[in-house]
Amino acid sequence: YSSGTNTNTEPWGSFDDNIIQGSGSAVIDMENMDDTSGSSFEDMGEMHQRMKEEEEVTAEAAATEEDNGEYGEFLGMKGLKGQLGRQVADEVWQAGKRQASKAFNLYANIDILRPYFDVEPNQVRNRLVESLIPVRMINFPQKVAGELYGPMMLVFTMVAILLHGMKTSGTVIREGTLMGTAIGTCFGYWLGVSSFIYFLAYLCNAQITMLQMLSLLGYGLFGHCMVLFITYNVHFHSLFYILWLVIGGLSTLRMVAVLISRTVGQTPRLILCGTLAALHMLFLLYLHFAYHKMVEGILDTLEGPNIPPIQRVARDVPVVANAVVNATIKSIAAVVQSQ
Amino acid sequence: MAEVEESSKPMFAGLSDISISEDILVEGDISVPVGSHNADNDFSTLDEPVKDTILRDLRAVGQKFVHVMYPKKSSALLRDWDLWGPLILCVTLALMLQGGSVDSEEEGRPQFAEVFVIIWFGSVIITLNSKLLGGTISFFQSLCVLGYCILPLTVAMIVCRIVLVGGSGLVSFVVRLIVVTASFSWSTFASTAFLADSQPPNRKALVVYPVFLFYFVIGWMILTFSPSQ
Repeated sequence: YSSGTNTNTEPWGSFDDNIIQGSGSAVIDMENMDDTSGSSFEDMGEMHQRMKEEEEVTAEAAATEEDNGEYGEFLGMKGLKGQLGRQVADEVWQAGKRQASKAFNLYANIDILRPYFDVEPNQVRNRLVESLIPVRMINFPQKVAGELYGPMMLVFTMVAILLHGMKTSGTVIREGTLMGTAIGTCFGYWLGVSSFIYFLAYLCNAQITMLQMLSLLGYGLFGHCMVLFITYNVHFHSLFYILWLVIGGLSTLRMVAVLISRTVGQTPRLILCGTLAALHMLFLLYLHFAYHKMVEGILDTLEGPNIPPIQRVARDVPVVANAVVNATIKSIAAVVQSQ
Repeated sequence: MAEVEESSKPMFAGLSDISISEDILVEGDISVPVGSHNADNDFSTLDEPVKDTILRDLRAVGQKFVHVMYPKKSSALLRDWDLWGPLILCVTLALMLQGGSVDSEEEGRPQFAEVFVIIWFGSVIITLNSKLLGGTISFFQSLCVLGYCILPLTVAMIVCRIVLVGGSGLVSFVVRLIVVTASFSWSTFASTAFLADSQPPNRKALVVYPVFLFYFVIGWMILTFSPSQ
């Protein structure tokens, strides 16, 4: 083995000196390379590192001393290799663990998000109520709170409400799961529409950040939650339309007013706010009709063999069409019975 | 030598306090105790029969079940957390809630994977939320507490199953509603007793709400469970 330079007997010094050595055994070279390559060994406590390596090298040197007498013997070689291999493996494991924990602390650090969750309960309550009150002053930029706790809780609440709605309406998801659909819809809306409006705001030179947009749209879902909660349990179409206009309209007006106050120019304002209003109101409409409890009975007989192989069986029909279908069925039944 | 020392004394007077004088020999053994004790410990529990290991773990899990059913201010759940109990409860609940195939006539019931994912991802999100709000509890401790507090809901599921054997009319629905509501509030209360302590006092409501929502969703899944015809 070529690394057998017994360092204890070298005239230029031994590992007792804590300075970087010149040429020497392979182990010394490794130490040099590590220290000058700027790797994480520097950060993790140089002294500790040196002490460990010192101990390992002295242990290895002791092993080589022991095996000097049994140089050619099979057992001795294997014993040395086992010792050396084990220590190298241990060193590699420690290095890997250090690197991994450093990367983890850097990237998976949830402290990045911590400032956005720094709220008090009464602040959340105030913001919930304010999300339904449009501001009047649009001449100077309105303040938008940049927090993520309220929006996230509202999105999860909406997921729960959607699940309830889907369950009571008997929606059958053929290629997917109820939960997956609900979560995908809600989070997709919140994140997707926020990003899209942020992109439009960037194009229209509106002064709003992504965080503020997420927060604004998230709080705007409060109106949706309320409307859906009421109308999934009380099934009157007219009630839904009234609530859609009033509550949906109020929350849309609030978001629109905030955006207008942060944009200059008529056309950019029109584009931005028109898009947001359309998406927000249409989303509520979609949620209601896609997952709404159907009117019992009549459609069952029609739907049997005619279900197209699509993902969702939406089973609601506006009142007018329902009345027409009713009349048609009655007439067909009368015809059949008369024959 | 003495003169040199005396002349340099005023300059290095401070240093002499901290330097080690020459007549004290500095020697010692810089050795980091690597693994020898750990190896002994590992061998001591590695050699025991499997029955002992399983019984020990089962006893720990059972003790934590007792702590959940009678939530007092004890720190046993937090101190030695383990995830066996949550796993057992989660698998039991998911198996009992499992529906038939999707192609069946009746409405889709939650599949095994759905329930599993809801419970574990819900717990992870609540844990992240409570950590972001400034909680002092660790990640796995929180997962442990949330998982163990599903026990009342699992008991409610068993009771609902038994009640449904008798029939699925209005009476059974009312009974099931009462049972599920009671167990869901018990779960929320039990987990709040452990989790809310680790929060600053004025933010307890912020932590309790997601827990409430989480157990509400699980309780709702149990309540709307209907057996196959």
